[in-house]
Amino acid sequence: MSQTAEKIVPCYPLFQQPEYRETLKKKAAEYENREPANVIDETFEWTTSPEYRALNFQREALTVNPAKACQPLGAVLCSLGFHATLPYVHGSQGCTAYFRTYFNRHFKEPIACVSDSMTEDAAVFGGQKNMFAGLQNAKALYEPEMIAVSSTCMAEVIGDDLNAFITNTKKDGRIPMDFPTPYAHTPSFIGSHLTGWDNMLEGILRYFTLNSMQDKEPGKSGKINLVAGFDGYLGNYRVLKQMAREMGVEATLLSDPEAVLDTPADGKYRMYAGGTTQEEVKQAPNAIDTLFLQPWGIDKSKKFVKETWNHPTTAVDAPYGLAATDQFLMTLSRLSGRPIPASLELERGRLVDMMADSHAWLHGRSFSVYGDPDFVMGMARFLMELGAEPLHLLSNNATKRWGKAMETLLASSPYGRRGEVHFGRDLWHMRSLVFEKKPDFLIGNSYGKFIQRDTLHKGKAFEVPLIRIGFPIFDRHHLHRQTTLGYQGAMYLLTTLVNAVLERLDEDTRGMAETDYNYDLIR
Amino acid sequence: MAIRQCAIYGKGGIGKSTTTQNLVAALAEAQQKVMIVGCDPKADSTRLILHAKAQNTIMQLASEAGSVEDLELSDVLKAGYGGIRCVESGGPEPGVGCAGRGVITAINFLEEEGAYEEDLDFVFYDVLGDVVCGGFAMPIRENKAQEIYIVVSGEMMAMYAANNIAKGIVKYANSGKVRLAGLICNSRNTDREADLIEALAERLGTQMIHFVPRHNVVQRAEIRRMTVIEYDPTSPQADEYRQLAHKIVNNKKMVIPKPLTMDELEELLMEFGILDEEDTSIIGRTAAEEATIPIQAVA
Repeated sequence: MSQTAEKIVPCYPLFQQPEYRETLKKKAAEYENREPANVIDETFEWTTSPEYRALNFQREALTVNPAKACQPLGAVLCSLGFHATLPYVHGSQGCTAYFRTYFNRHFKEPIACVSDSMTEDAAVFGGQKNMFAGLQNAKALYEPEMIAVSSTCMAEVIGDDLNAFITNTKKDGRIPMDFPTPYAHTPSFIGSHLTGWDNMLEGILRYFTLNSMQDKEPGKSGKINLVAGFDGYLGNYRVLKQMAREMGVEATLLSDPEAVLDTPADGKYRMYAGGTTQEEVKQAPNAIDTLFLQPWGIDKSKKFVKETWNHPTTAVDAPYGLAATDQFLMTLSRLSGRPIPASLELERGRLVDMMADSHAWLHGRSFSVYGDPDFVMGMARFLMELGAEPLHLLSNNATKRWGKAMETLLASSPYGRRGEVHFGRDLWHMRSLVFEKKPDFLIGNSYGKFIQRDTLHKGKAFEVPLIRIGFPIFDRHHLHRQTTLGYQGAMYLLTTLVNAVLERLDEDTRGMAETDYNYDLIR
Repeated sequence: MAIRQCAIYGKGGIGKSTTTQNLVAALAEAQQKVMIVGCDPKADSTRLILHAKAQNTIMQLASEAGSVEDLELSDVLKAGYGGIRCVESGGPEPGVGCAGRGVITAINFLEEEGAYEEDLDFVFYDVLGDVVCGGFAMPIRENKAQEIYIVVSGEMMAMYAANNIAKGIVKYANSGKVRLAGLICNSRNTDREADLIEALAERLGTQMIHFVPRHNVVQRAEIRRMTVIEYDPTSPQADEYRQLAHKIVNNKKMVIPKPLTMDELEELLMEFGILDEEDTSIIGRTAAEEATIPIQAVA
C-alpha cells in the first residue's frame, strides 16, 4: 500500500510491494524502450569477459569512476586545517557546493567554505569584481583570521590572476593589506585532490614565510613539522600528534583539520575550531625538519620547504603498518634525539601480538586495493607484513615512478609475487581486473560497492566483497573518525581485515545442514 | 525569404570592419534590411554606421545590469544609416577574462531575444582577426552564418591567414551547412594583386568575389565616422562597394574550401615573386657567424 504518515516506508522495501512492482514493470514496458532481458544479460556477461577486459584497457577517451577527486577539493581540506581559516573558492557556485557536500557526506559535519559565485559576465570579463566583493563580504560576515583562496576550472581557463586580484582587492581598501590571504591556482583538469592539497599548502607556507626568512634557522626551535597530506581519517591527525607527544617531540602538523571536522553537538555552532595557527606556520622554518607523510604527490610543498626553509625533508614512507611506522618513529627519534618511549614499544608489541593471533586467517588471502598512491602503497606493504597477498594495486593519480616503486616493493616479499600494479587506471578497469582474477576482497572507498554488486550479479562465486578503507566513505558511519596510521592505525586495519574475512566465512558457512559444519563459534 | 547570415573573417588590420560597414551601407542603400553583429571586444564594427565612437556592447551592458537576463534587445540594438541594425558583442579589456566566451554569450542572447526573427535580409558578423578559440567560431556554428567571406590582400601574411581560416571552415563545413562564399580583396596596391588573389581563390576552390581598390576617400570618410556610401555617394569607390554588394546578393558559389598545404601556399607566393626560393644554407646562422664565414654565391 502507499505511504501513511504514521509509518513511512523507504523505497526499499516499499517498491517490493506488488502494486509498485506492477507500476515499475509497466513503466519499463511502455516508456523505457528497454532491451530484452536476454540481451541485457548477454551484454553483462560480455563485460565480464577477457575479451572485454582487453578492450577496456585500450580505452583512451573516457574515465569511469576515477577513484580521485579534483584539485580545489584538496585545497579546501588543506585550508580547513589552519586555525580560523575560511576556504574561499574563486569560481562558480556549483563547485563549492560539490566540495561542501562531498566532505559533508564523509565527515558528517557542516563544512564552512565560500564561493565568489562567478557567473556569465565574470566568465567574459574575468572574476576580479567577484573577488572584490567576495573577500570583503566573506571577511565581514564570517570573521575568519585567514582566507585561503583556491580556484576552479572556469577561472583557470580564462586565466584569472589570483595574486593580482587579491592584491587589487586590498589596494581598493576592501580588506586590510595585512589580512592573510594565501592562494593557490588549482585547475581541476590537472592532477587530483592531492595536487590541490599540495598547491594550497605551498601557498600558505609561502605566504607566511617567504619574506621573513632572515631570522630563521633550521633546528632553532627544536620542533619537527609533520605534513599528513590529504587524509580523510581524523584519527590519523590525532595519532601523529600523539606519537610525537609520547616521544617528547614538539611537532607542528602543517594543516590539522581534526577539530573543525569533529565539533561536538553541545548547542553551539563552531565555524572554526583548532587547526594550525599562523604563528606555528611562521615559526615552522625554525624546525629541525619537515616530514612529508604522503610523499607521492607533495612535490611543490616539498620543494618549497627544501629550498626556502633549507630543511633536509628526510624521506619517510606513509606510516601504514609495522615497518613504515618503525621507520617513521626511528626517523623522528634520530632527528629529535629523543628515544622511542616504552609506551610506543608496548603499542608495537601489542600490534605484533595481534598480527600473530590473526595470521592464520589472513595468510594467503588476496586483496585488491585502490586509492591514493601512498594509501595503496602503505596497504600493500602492510598486507605483505600480515602474510596476505596484494593482488591488484590501482591508483588513478599515481605516476610511472610510483609504479616502479610498487614493483620493487612487491618484489621484496614472496607475498607480493602475484601483485599487479596499475596507475592512471579507474574503477571500471578495476572491475575488469577482479572479474579476470578474483581477489578475496577489495579494499577502497565507497565507490567499490558497485564492483561488489556487479561481481555478485555474475554469481555468488564471483562476488568480491568491499572492505571500506579510504576516502570518501559515504555509506558507512563514523569510519572517518578511525585511525589507519601508526601502530594504532595498523591495529584498526588488522581488525577490519580479519573480521571481514571471518564475516565472510560465516556468511559462506551459514547454510543449515549444508555448510554449517564449518559455522564455528570459535574462530 | 530566409535571412542570409554572413561572417566576415580575415587577418587583423586587413580592413574587415571598414569593408563590412561599407558593404552593408551599400546593401542598405539597395533597400536590403541588414544587421551587423560585431564580434570583437574592441567593438569597432558599427561606428561608421552609427557615427559613434563605440557602441554600448551587450557584455558591457550585461555587466552593468548584473546579468544578461536583465537586458532587453532594445538596450543593445541601435539603428544607424539606412536603418541598419547594429549590435556589438563586446568583451573584456586585453589581458583579462575570456573574449571568446563574450561572443558566445552575446550571440546566444541575440537568439533568445529574437533578434533574428525580425524582418531582415542579411546579418553580417564582423569577427576578430584571429580565430584564436571556439568562441570566435560561434558565428559559424550550426544555424548561424552559412556564408563566409574572407577579406584578404596581396600581402603574404594576409594570405596565410586566409588559408588558415579556410582550414577552420572545413571543420565546420563537414558537419554543417557553412560554406566559403568568396575572398574579398581589399587592395594594398601590391604587384599583380588581383591575379594573385584570383589564383589563391581558385586553389581554394572559391572565387575572388570583388577587388576593392585602394582609395583615400575611405579614410576621409572614416575620419568622419561614415561609410563612403554615405559620405560621398558619387565617388567611384562607393560604386566599388555597390558592386561588391550586388555580387554578394547574387552570389551562388558556396563551397567547402580546399585549403592549401604550407608548401603549396609558398609555391604560389613564389610563383608571384612574393616569396623567394628558400636559401637553406643560412638557416640558424647568426650575424656573427655570417661575418666570419663568407656566404657563398651571393646573388
